[in-house]
Amino acid sequence: MSVSMSLLAMLDERPMYGLELKNAFEESTGGVWPLNVGQVYTTITRLERDGLVELLSESDGQKLYEITDTGRERVVEWFGRPSREAAVSRDEVVLKLSLATLKPGVDVRAVIQSERLALIGQLQEYTRLKSDAPSGEDLAWLILLDSFIFKIEARVRWLDTCEARIARSSDASGRRMLPDSDMAEEVEREVQR
Amino acid sequence: MTPALELSEATRRFGSGHTAVAALTNVSLALAGGEMVAVMGPSGSGKTTLLSLAGGLDQPTSGVVRVEGTDLAALSYAELARLRRKRVGYVFQQFNLVDGLTAVENVSLPLELDGVHRRQANESALGALDSVELGDLADRFPEELSGGEQQRVAIARAIVGDRVLLLADEPTGALDSMTGETVLRMMRRHCDAGGAAVLVTHDARFAAWADRIVFLRDGRVVDEATGGAGPESLLDGRAVT
Repeated sequence: MSVSMSLLAMLDERPMYGLELKNAFEESTGGVWPLNVGQVYTTITRLERDGLVELLSESDGQKLYEITDTGRERVVEWFGRPSREAAVSRDEVVLKLSLATLKPGVDVRAVIQSERLALIGQLQEYTRLKSDAPSGEDLAWLILLDSFIFKIEARVRWLDTCEARIARSSDASGRRMLPDSDMAEEVEREVQR
Repeated sequence: MTPALELSEATRRFGSGHTAVAALTNVSLALAGGEMVAVMGPSGSGKTTLLSLAGGLDQPTSGVVRVEGTDLAALSYAELARLRRKRVGYVFQQFNLVDGLTAVENVSLPLELDGVHRRQANESALGALDSVELGDLADRFPEELSGGEQQRVAIARAIVGDRVLLLADEPTGALDSMTGETVLRMMRRHCDAGGAAVLVTHDARFAAWADRIVFLRDGRVVDEATGGAGPESLLDGRAVT
């Protein structure tokens, strides 16, 4: 959905050829999201079928597409409508931590720290890319980097909270949290799936 | 090359006997010129103690702290004060600017206190303000500046003259996200120009501006991140479907 709407939004600027669209899309995302040409043409075909774009001209097998009025309306609607993130998706780290708190002999703090270290390493890499980008230029690239950075930061803060929560919980009980065996089995099943 | 800052097996205990509390235990850390190190860890993990030792505001119970090769414990009180004034700059969460002085006066103040001639101090201060992109606001008073601008004045004051070591304790704590980033860019620039900086923060997003991130827990270094994986590693599995 996001790719087809992005391509449509680009066609809202001016008519474009398939290859041009691919390049414009990749440029706007700093090359982080590569598209293959086949994917672009499949998407255009679908947009054409839905009456959102139409073929403007064709020469030497190169097809020039333009957006339709319905397509323009759809773009306006897309910018105005909040996008829905997949709220609940299966998350390996959640499962790993849940299991770690239940399984005897697993150092939960060490599990959290190794996850945190990996995330912070990524955070440093994205920040380096941002630091290398001249500020004020290439806004699309900076917006993209920020989106990665803030997502990772949120994960790190979640890990910090897990650590504090686990510490408080083991302080309160004076020992490891006792597993609820049904819960442990359920988590284990989930991981195996 | 002599490290800008070196902590060697530094331990700081408060109190004595069985009520003694170790704020920092056997911490070793070396920073070369050009390097920024972030220190992270939960509250009470020893971050601020580490910074106090690094800046000679406090002394280790055992172990050694060296600034540019000089063992701080070997200095007299006056020599230590002099080294702190000349080679070390501090930035805190509160900007701590003097209200009745303009930005440039705030920045030149430490130089003037050090006996630098007024005109020369003013010139250096303007240079430092330029380096944090505040040259145009040199004559404003703190109350006429935004929080982010005040913090940049504080950074200029911390790096003015020949100060090589910048110690920052939660410098972004009172700032919004974008201004926080600007402050980090300025610190980064100080290091890219050959200075060294220690940044204490609980915010991973700001720590990520550092070359290395040291994690403290219960007064001990438990980990270090250098983020050496390279940008290519970030693209795995990122293709759009």
